[in-house]
Amino acid sequence: MSISAKLVDDFVANGVDFITTVPCKQLAGVIDEVEARPEIYHIPANKEDEGMGLCAGAFMGGKRPAIIMQNTAIGVTVNTLVTLTQFYRMPLPMLISYRGELREPVACQVEMAVHTKALLNQMHIPTYHFHKESDADEMDAILKYTFMCNKPVAILTDASFWGGYGDQ
Amino acid sequence: MIRSDVLRDIAPILRDQLVICNIGLPSQELHMIDDQPSNFYMLGTMGLSSSIGLGVALAQNKTVISIDGDGSVLTNFGTLPTIANNVADNFILLIIDNGSYGSTGDQPTYAGKKTSLAAVATACGCENVVECKAEDTGKVLQDAIDARQMTVIVCKCESGNIKLPVITKDPVVIRDRFMGAVQA
Repeated sequence: MSISAKLVDDFVANGVDFITTVPCKQLAGVIDEVEARPEIYHIPANKEDEGMGLCAGAFMGGKRPAIIMQNTAIGVTVNTLVTLTQFYRMPLPMLISYRGELREPVACQVEMAVHTKALLNQMHIPTYHFHKESDADEMDAILKYTFMCNKPVAILTDASFWGGYGDQ
Repeated sequence: MIRSDVLRDIAPILRDQLVICNIGLPSQELHMIDDQPSNFYMLGTMGLSSSIGLGVALAQNKTVISIDGDGSVLTNFGTLPTIANNVADNFILLIIDNGSYGSTGDQPTYAGKKTSLAAVATACGCENVVECKAEDTGKVLQDAIDARQMTVIVCKCESGNIKLPVITKDPVVIRDRFMGAVQA
């Protein structure tokens, strides 16, 4: 089974039925997988804070939401995470491509990568870092934890986890 | 008519619906005029009223009205294509367009100048877009509820504010009682 299919299986097994996405090259496979699943309403967002608004609404409407996005979005969504998701105590699993880590070909991505964990830490967001494929074994437990505690939770997935960028 | 007059006018219609209300003065005004468990007051995140409302509408069947402002829609313009392409016939976006950032001192917005939010919504693919005068808002809103078709309403009203207190309710209480109203 592909790693994308495994991650989306875990979403489905945990009742996640509303997923918003903003694309990243690393996330193309998992977004395709979300789109293909009839159990999930997939709603692409134009910006990640918009997506978090959609997720907040879906949660209050009775769905289990999640967002899939790139780590640059942490820079976009600080206000939304603290004044919507955290202030109103809502669960939000965030599957995040961690650009700018080892094997990154684009220098500018590193500029946000060096702030990513610091920002998440500053916001007291529980953060998990998937570096090896076996790290995804914890996905099921992370989702259960997120919906238990009603918090945004970050899952950072780096290039090594996704198998790199091919020949560089 | 200013925004608070419009809200007073439509409060009897809003009372029976799920309402997501924009940050700042709009929420404070609705809270003072007719506080209901079915009102979700935004205490932060300017711009996301329409996104939150669409999320609620897509998740369940009751009618949802997002009360937004022209300044807030300008902040989150990406919402309009998302609304247009994810049709929820139980969703109404009511933009109270007074051409100004009311909560911050009535600075003019571009919607009060050359930019037409109704034209933008139409260009984004929204199929039922109605621009109306402030005094017609109640009728247009009731028609949209009865039609059960996703509708974007742009209510053109005058700029101006009334003095009123901030909302001190705990956000988790606001959210919990709103979720109770969704499930009722």
